[in-house]
Amino acid sequence: MEDFGTAFAIALRLIGSGDPALLGIVRLSLAVSAAAVLLAALVGLPLGALLAVARFPGRRAVIVALNALMGLPPVVAGLAIYLLLSRSGPLGGLGLLFTPAAMVLAQAVLIAPILAALSRQVLAAMWEEYAEQLRSFGAGPWRAVPTLLRDGRFALATVLLAGFGRASAEVGAVMIVGGNIEGFTRVMTTAIALETAKGDLPLALALGAVLMAIVLAVNAAVQLLRDAAARRAA
Amino acid sequence: MLLRPPGATGGAAEGPRCASILPLRVAGLRYAAGGQKILRGVDFTIAAGLPTLVVGPNGAGKSVLLRLLHGLLVPQAGRVAWAAPPEEARRRQAMVFQRPVMLRRSALANVAYPLALAGLPRTERAARARAALARVGLAHLAERPARRLSGGEQQRLALARAAALAPEVLFLDEPTANLDPAATRAVEAIVRDIAAAGTKVVMTSHDLAQARRLAGDVLFLHRGRVVEHAPAERFFAAPRAPEAAAFLRGELLA
Repeated sequence: MEDFGTAFAIALRLIGSGDPALLGIVRLSLAVSAAAVLLAALVGLPLGALLAVARFPGRRAVIVALNALMGLPPVVAGLAIYLLLSRSGPLGGLGLLFTPAAMVLAQAVLIAPILAALSRQVLAAMWEEYAEQLRSFGAGPWRAVPTLLRDGRFALATVLLAGFGRASAEVGAVMIVGGNIEGFTRVMTTAIALETAKGDLPLALALGAVLMAIVLAVNAAVQLLRDAAARRAA
Repeated sequence: MLLRPPGATGGAAEGPRCASILPLRVAGLRYAAGGQKILRGVDFTIAAGLPTLVVGPNGAGKSVLLRLLHGLLVPQAGRVAWAAPPEEARRRQAMVFQRPVMLRRSALANVAYPLALAGLPRTERAARARAALARVGLAHLAERPARRLSGGEQQRLALARAAALAPEVLFLDEPTANLDPAATRAVEAIVRDIAAAGTKVVMTSHDLAQARRLAGDVLFLHRGRVVEHAPAERFFAAPRAPEAAAFLRGELLA
């Protein structure tokens, strides 16, 4: 246990001194996850809004599929993106495999269904309340989508944060498509996995602490957003 | 001037306007839901003028009738015929629901929202919305989130929101059902104000005293039928239908 204590002390020193390798890994993690959330939101939020207001044949099947995709195993998503981007794959010519772009893509694929399913739930409840009033104003489902997205912005922000939390904690997919290349595609989760396997605990511990702090900050932000929303809508 | 007289230009994108969308002619209107007949053949004509009060016991079909007239429900049979093309008639009417839906925005933004849908330029919206709020005595709460307002304030906000559109016909579904006497008085004053400015008010109520205070004519609905349609004075002095007379005596109609 003395080893462990020493490792922890070194970890704290790494964080305190702003170790460049550590900072680089943290920065890349945040950038990849943020980009993935942005990309997934572009697809997920409109899809969620559409499923909330539109009635079309097969809608229930889409919702079931979406809810199932929420539990998509990261390694499976990683494998799919790997096959897509590998040299002999359909998008192999882009040369994206083992780059941060591939990691963004993999995480976006993972969390887009989550954003879509969660935003559908939030917006469907709001649409049920708004529908008749908006129809009276002369607004159909299509015109309602931007209204719902705007009025549901606090709830949707918490949905985005949930997606960010999931993305930044994910390890399987980014490991497969990123390759965990030092200084290039190494992020917090893959570094922790590698350093732990190597027995280099200080860096793993330091990254773990940073990751925990990020998760904590995300949840604090969710709580603040909920409070702000409650203040507006009693 | 908030409420422009009918016939003046209202919404932005509009074609040639008829003089009026009234009278409204309703013939053979039937509506059923969940195997239950709610309206069993309703005929009447509503003309411009003082408010028309739709009265009757709970479950008579008053709210459903209003939704059919406003076009939110589609009847199984019969017609709702305006004196203008349906599209135009639709644009020149508004409705306030028994429990109005407050958008998750400020009071002012709630009033401005349907104005935006009606195609009013952004610069005009705010001024018109503020004037509408002032008329219902809510100017001081303009920036307050609408859902934080009291029940009475929300109902007044809903009236301002509908009136800001300067509709020719305004449907009100039991606007005072959940309000205390003071809030009820305030809402009735606003309704009178709106009617005086030239908007035809068509309003449901199960409160006879309120109907007496506001009505120009009364449409008495019972078990999905119009049992009597008469000028208010005549209706309250000498109802012709036995059900109406019983209702006026305060008997519980089954």
